[in-house]
Amino acid sequence: MKFALFLGCNIPARVKQYEMSSRAVFEKLNIDIVDIDEFNCCGYPLRNMNYTSSLLSAARNMALAEKEGLDLVALCMCGFGMFKEAEHRFKEGTALKEGINTILAKEGLEYTGKAEIKHILSVLYHDIGLDAIKEKVVREYKDIKIATHYGCHALRPSDVVAFDDPVNPGLFDKLVEVTGAKSICWQSRLDCCGAPLFGINDELSMDLTRKKIINARQSGADYLCDSCTYCHMQFDTVQQMIIDSGHDGSHALPAILYTQLLGLSLGIDGETLGLGYNRLDISKIEGFF
Amino acid sequence: MFYSISLYVALVIFIIGLVYKVSSWFFLKISVESKGASTRFFTALKGIVSAIYSVRILTLLKVFFLDVIIQRKILQEDLLRWLAHVLIYWAFMLLLIMHALDSLITSTIFPNYTPTINPFMFLRDLFGFLVIVGLCLAIYRRFILKAPRLKTNVMDHYTILLLAVIMLSGVFLEAAKTGSYSIYTDMVEEYAGIYDAEEMRPLTALWVENFGVVSADVQGPFEDELLEEGRELHEMSCAACHSRPHWAFMGNSVAYSVRGIATALDNAGIHTLLWYIHFLACFIGLAYLPFSKFFHIFTSPLSILANSVMNRDDSEAVNIETRQALEFDACTHCGQCTSRCSVGIVFEQFKNINILPSEKIQSLKKVASKKDMDREEFLHILDGAYLCTNCRRCTDVCPAGINLEDLWFNMKEGMFKSGYPEFSLLSPLSYYRGLMRDTISEQDYKKPLTQARKAITEGYDLIKDDSKVISISAHDNEFKDESLSSQASTFKDCFGCQTCTNVCPVVANYENPKEKLGLLPHQIMYSLGLGIKELTLGSNMLWDCVTCYQCQESCPQGVKVTEVLFELKNLAVDNASETNA
Repeated sequence: MKFALFLGCNIPARVKQYEMSSRAVFEKLNIDIVDIDEFNCCGYPLRNMNYTSSLLSAARNMALAEKEGLDLVALCMCGFGMFKEAEHRFKEGTALKEGINTILAKEGLEYTGKAEIKHILSVLYHDIGLDAIKEKVVREYKDIKIATHYGCHALRPSDVVAFDDPVNPGLFDKLVEVTGAKSICWQSRLDCCGAPLFGINDELSMDLTRKKIINARQSGADYLCDSCTYCHMQFDTVQQMIIDSGHDGSHALPAILYTQLLGLSLGIDGETLGLGYNRLDISKIEGFF
Repeated sequence: MFYSISLYVALVIFIIGLVYKVSSWFFLKISVESKGASTRFFTALKGIVSAIYSVRILTLLKVFFLDVIIQRKILQEDLLRWLAHVLIYWAFMLLLIMHALDSLITSTIFPNYTPTINPFMFLRDLFGFLVIVGLCLAIYRRFILKAPRLKTNVMDHYTILLLAVIMLSGVFLEAAKTGSYSIYTDMVEEYAGIYDAEEMRPLTALWVENFGVVSADVQGPFEDELLEEGRELHEMSCAACHSRPHWAFMGNSVAYSVRGIATALDNAGIHTLLWYIHFLACFIGLAYLPFSKFFHIFTSPLSILANSVMNRDDSEAVNIETRQALEFDACTHCGQCTSRCSVGIVFEQFKNINILPSEKIQSLKKVASKKDMDREEFLHILDGAYLCTNCRRCTDVCPAGINLEDLWFNMKEGMFKSGYPEFSLLSPLSYYRGLMRDTISEQDYKKPLTQARKAITEGYDLIKDDSKVISISAHDNEFKDESLSSQASTFKDCFGCQTCTNVCPVVANYENPKEKLGLLPHQIMYSLGLGIKELTLGSNMLWDCVTCYQCQESCPQGVKVTEVLFELKNLAVDNASETNA
């Protein structure tokens, strides 16, 4: 199994641990990862300003993966959602696709839709499967409660992303539980983390984040688990900013990336998984084995 | 005489230019609270001294070797460019030291030095050859390979042209001197004391045979005895300073190929002309250096070294500002940053050159120099500059070590103070700015956002006055069937159940959502149905939508609510940009 790994703009600059842990997990599960240096921004941040430019950005990445004959696996859910949106839009009509291909042709690229777009969770769940992962688990968590956060852009709009059941998704919970952890029921689980508004309307953005953290804590969670770059920045970096600015820190709930959670149970050490890069300390999680 | 005068003139201009440029690093205002030039100068001095007399000297030495000498940053990215650059760089430096400064350096170290003896003669041609190969690679890269979005400007042309003129005139000069009979006779008179052509005939024969001189009167084939006699004279008066010219392989090849017209060229004094071209080109290059791309010889190493020991948190703000002024001059316009820019492709859509980092830095330099700039140009630069995801790739690959990420941030924050609105602030491109909010004052942080919102909702008065009664009969028919995509026109299927509003987390966040948002999601759908463009484009709901797609997912009629909002955002930006221009 071979994929082109799409990191996006935020991971190399701000969330190194997501890249580190993903590579480590892929290696443990014998999946080949190819890096395409020419990858550009997925296009998601541009949607507010100009739809075509966001489609063009997405298309170039997919065309690059296609050129290498590879499917693309995204780590960020916003990125994943953007690629699926572009894929969906291009299937619809030719005018838009033609216009974009004219631009891509100048660089020797063409988008035909051959490259499949996946999120890392779908690869783990569908392509590798729970049983295969279970086999590689060397230590299981005991008595740990995880608030699993699905995020928005992988789940919705469901006709575009086809990731999981949008109303009652389960694949992420099952992936969490394969490590022995318990994925708890919590009311806000499908709510937005607030990331898309951070930098635009910080109060609103951080209100949404805090609501989720408080609800997760109240539901008994030890950790919040996410699998998206933006969600993780929100629950980790921004949560730290919320605490630093004097908000009630008693509800503070450390967030862990799924690849870090899984990686530990696969026997990979904390340093390789970049546990130290998380703002809110998650080192104590190893005590749950 | 003329040579000395022009050299000194060039040197003086060079020094004046140098002083002017270096002082500008202490005068250029980049940050909000700029300190005076003398404060900046002494703080910089302190910083430099404390870096050298500390353990950081090791970093400086390592970085000097790896990044200044070896050019590791380029090597990691692109072998062709690295080759082109080091060939030009190393070989030119060696030519400068060994050949241009031979009277100062080479003849001091090697007392028996002459330019026409080996190894110096061979090395001169070797180094010149390497520079020419490097130049060819550079020309190939810029003009034939044509990487997408690689921009070549006047300064790039000048740089290549000047080097080419210096190198080629040198080669041709060498060729001209090799074949020149007039120079030969002058030299024989001076060093062998022979003035009579008949008397010097054996020597001339040898020099025609073995040293490339072209004489109208003395031509081969020659008898061995004559050559033997010539060899004796040669050993006495010439051999100490002259190796066989075929070691000067470039000049010699050219001399050989033009030997047919060598006498004519000699009579025309071509070697004098070439000599003038050669040294004048060098002196012009020298005088103009501080204002040209060649200035990077000094500024880029400084930038590389400074950035290796400075960082945002620990370094003095004053020194960071000085460094950033220096960084503007350290850019070599190599285009490495642009080739790795994550939003480079978007240039093909927006055609705003300031999206591309290598062009952005030139424009921002203009902004920093406070050159009188009209609103249109200023906004054009700000628009392009804000289209950046802060991915850091440009910073990671810059071979001049420029901390572009910090430069972009500081310059943009400075530009926001102008009060001109920047709409791209209302997008996730601002996430990075949010993460950096603790580095700026709350007022400075909020102001551009408020301004952008104000400007984008400008002119949509209907929404601002709650008491106004909306006349349905006067609805905007055009908008109803306008460019909305197939997705957005699904608003027509809305039957008013208000589910979208009820699942919206933003609406749920407020006690009085209508007050904060202007219009709620279902109200936006109604407004579109009634063709009242004004209401929708002026609402805050557009910019406070968190794009979670709950509305769209839950709509029983399949109205693509989120898509509608996206399209309205795009429309609002387009309209506002038009009015803004």
